[in-house]
Amino acid sequence: MRDVKLNAGISVKPSYGPEDLDGVDVARDVGRPGEFPFTRGIHAAMYRERLWTMRQYIGFGTPAETNARFKHLMAHGQDALNVAFDLPTQLGLDSDDPRAEGEVGRVGMAVDTLADMEEAFAGIPLDRVSVSLTINGMAAPITAMYYAVAERQGVAADRVVTTPQNDILKEFVARGTWVYPVEPSLRLVADLIEFSARRYPRSNPVSVCGYHIREAGCTTAQEMAYGLAIAAAYVELMLARGMTVDEFAPRISFNFTCWGKIFEEVAKFRAGRRLYARMMRERFGAQNPKSCMFRSLIGGGGSAFTVQEPENNIVRGAYIALAAALSGAQTMALPTYDEAYTIPSAKAQLIALRTMQICAEESGAADTADPLGGSYYVEALTNAMEVLIVEELAAVERMGGIVEAVRSGALQAEVARQAYVHERKLAAGETPKVAVNCHVGEGAAEADRDVALYTSDAKVAEAQVAKLARVRRERDGRAVAGALRQLGDEARGTANLMPAIVECVTAYATLGEINRALKDVFGEHKEPVKF
Amino acid sequence: MKVLIAKPGLDGHDRGAKVVAHALRDAGFEVVYTGLKRTPEEIIAEAIQEDVDVVGLSILSGAHLPLTRRVIEGLRAAGADDIHVVVGGTIPPRDVEPLKALGASAVFPMGTPLTDIVVAFKAGREVKP
Repeated sequence: MRDVKLNAGISVKPSYGPEDLDGVDVARDVGRPGEFPFTRGIHAAMYRERLWTMRQYIGFGTPAETNARFKHLMAHGQDALNVAFDLPTQLGLDSDDPRAEGEVGRVGMAVDTLADMEEAFAGIPLDRVSVSLTINGMAAPITAMYYAVAERQGVAADRVVTTPQNDILKEFVARGTWVYPVEPSLRLVADLIEFSARRYPRSNPVSVCGYHIREAGCTTAQEMAYGLAIAAAYVELMLARGMTVDEFAPRISFNFTCWGKIFEEVAKFRAGRRLYARMMRERFGAQNPKSCMFRSLIGGGGSAFTVQEPENNIVRGAYIALAAALSGAQTMALPTYDEAYTIPSAKAQLIALRTMQICAEESGAADTADPLGGSYYVEALTNAMEVLIVEELAAVERMGGIVEAVRSGALQAEVARQAYVHERKLAAGETPKVAVNCHVGEGAAEADRDVALYTSDAKVAEAQVAKLARVRRERDGRAVAGALRQLGDEARGTANLMPAIVECVTAYATLGEINRALKDVFGEHKEPVKF
Repeated sequence: MKVLIAKPGLDGHDRGAKVVAHALRDAGFEVVYTGLKRTPEEIIAEAIQEDVDVVGLSILSGAHLPLTRRVIEGLRAAGADDIHVVVGGTIPPRDVEPLKALGASAVFPMGTPLTDIVVAFKAGREVKP
C-alpha cells in the first residue's frame, strides 16, 4: 500500500474510527461553533448569518487605474477591497527616487502622497466598504493617509473599517519589505495598533500573517506556529505599553494560506483556533471572548499554481476556496490562474471572484458550521496538528523567541531549508503536481508559455512622477518641513508617532520624506544573510 | 566554481534564490548569497570581490530587463566580463531572448526544473555570451 505523508509530516492511515478519538474530551476540546475554544469556528451559525468577505488583492499602475479596477470588481459583487502597493511605496521610496526605476506601479499601485490615496478611493464610500491595506514597513504613514481620506470624505472615525497588514515580523522572514531595524520597526507596529484601538474602534490594526512564511517554504504546522508566536509577540508589546489585553485583542486579525491538502488545512485552522483561544485566555488573561477569536483571511497561495497548463489553476483555485470555506474563513482571497507568471489580468480576477461565489452559492460548503467536525479523521488530524504546532512553538523558543529568531536569521534559515526540502520532493515526484511531475502532456510545454501577460507602461511612472512634482510645488513647504522636523524629534523620544505622522501626511509630505525622517533616527535593518 | 546568488531591485521574495543556492551548494559549488534589495553596483562589487565565476540574478517583480542590463554593463565597465550572468524569476518567455541579447548566458523562466538550473551553472564556464 502507498505511504501517505502530509506536508507537516503526519502519516495518514487508510481509515479512521472511534479508536482515534480515545481520550478526547469533546466538550472541552471540540465544543460548539461560536464557543470557546472555537475549534469549530468563531460564529455559532457561521455563513448562514454572514458569508465570508470576498477580498481580491488588487492594485496596479496609478491610483486612478486602481480606482477603476476597484469599481469594476465591486460592480460584480466583490464587497471589500484589498489594496496592493508597488514596491517603492512598500519600501518608502518616492516614485522619482532612482531606486524606484522600473518598479513604479508595477506590482501594485504607486503612492507618494495623500493626493494619491484621495484619488484611489474617490467615489468609494469608506463608511460602507472595508479596505485591507497590504502594507507593513510603511503601514503607519499609509494608514495615516487612509484615515485622512476617510475624514475628508466626512466618515466618522467609528465607521472606518480598515485592516493595514502591519505585520513587520513576518516581513523579516518572508516578503522583505522591512526598512528599519527590528526594535524601531516593532515600535511603529505598536504605535499604529495603539492609535487605532483608541481612535478607530472598528479598524483591525494588525493582520498577523502565516501566509507569506508558508509561501516562503515552511510547513503547515510551522505556518500556524510562527503566526501564533508573532501574535503573542505583538500582544506582549501592547501589554508592555500598559494597555489591557481586551482593549486591543478583539481587533487582531490573521492572514493564512490553505493551498495544500484540504483536510490537513482544515485541521491546521481548527487546531490553531483552539491554541489561540487558550493562549489568549490562559497566558494573557483575556476576558472578552472576542479577544480569543482567531479571525482570519484564508486564501490561496500562488505557490500552489503552476505555469504549466495554467488553466488547471482555476481548478486548483476551486479546491482552495473549498478548503477555506471548510476551514471557517472570515475573509477569502484567491490567487488568479495567471499568477504563476504575471500580474493578474481583469479576466483572471473575475474568475477568482466567481470561484468564491460558486463555492458560496452552489457547493453547499456554506450551509452549516464546520461541516467536517466530528469526522474521525479530521478530529484526529486536528489533535495531531496541535501537537506539531506546539512542538514548533517550542522550537521557536529554543531560537530565543520569535523576535530573536528573526533578528538572528535562524527562522529565515529554517524556512529556506524547508523550501528546499519541498522542491526536492517535487523534483523526485514525492509531492505530485499534475502536468508538472505527473500526467505531463507531450509537447504541452511550449504551448503553455503562449499566455497573455500584463505589460507595464512607462507612462505610469511618468504620470506618477509628474503628479508628485505638482504636489510638491503646490503644497505649503514650510508646513511640511515643520511636520517632518517634529516627527524626527518625536522619533528620538518614546511618544506614539502616529499623531506626528498624521501631521506630515495631511501637509502632503511624501512617503519618501517621512521614511527619511524616521530612517535618520532609526537607521536601517541589516539583514542576517543565511540560507 | 564559485557563484554569487543575487537579489537586485526592491523585490523581497527570496524563496527561489535560496532554493537555487541550496541546490548549487549540494552540487558542489561554493555559493555566496547577497541578501535582499541590492543595487546593481553592490552586486558588481561583491561579484568582483568574491571572485565568482557566475552571478545568478533572481528577479520576481518584472524589472528584470533594466536590472540585468545594469549588472552586465557594470561588470563590463569594471573589466569583469569573464563573470557570467544568468537570470531567473518570473521571466515571461518573450523576455528570454532580449535578456540573452543583453549578455545573459542563460535565462530560467518560471517552471524551470531545479536540475536544469544546476546543469546550466555547471556549463556556465564554457558558455560564452
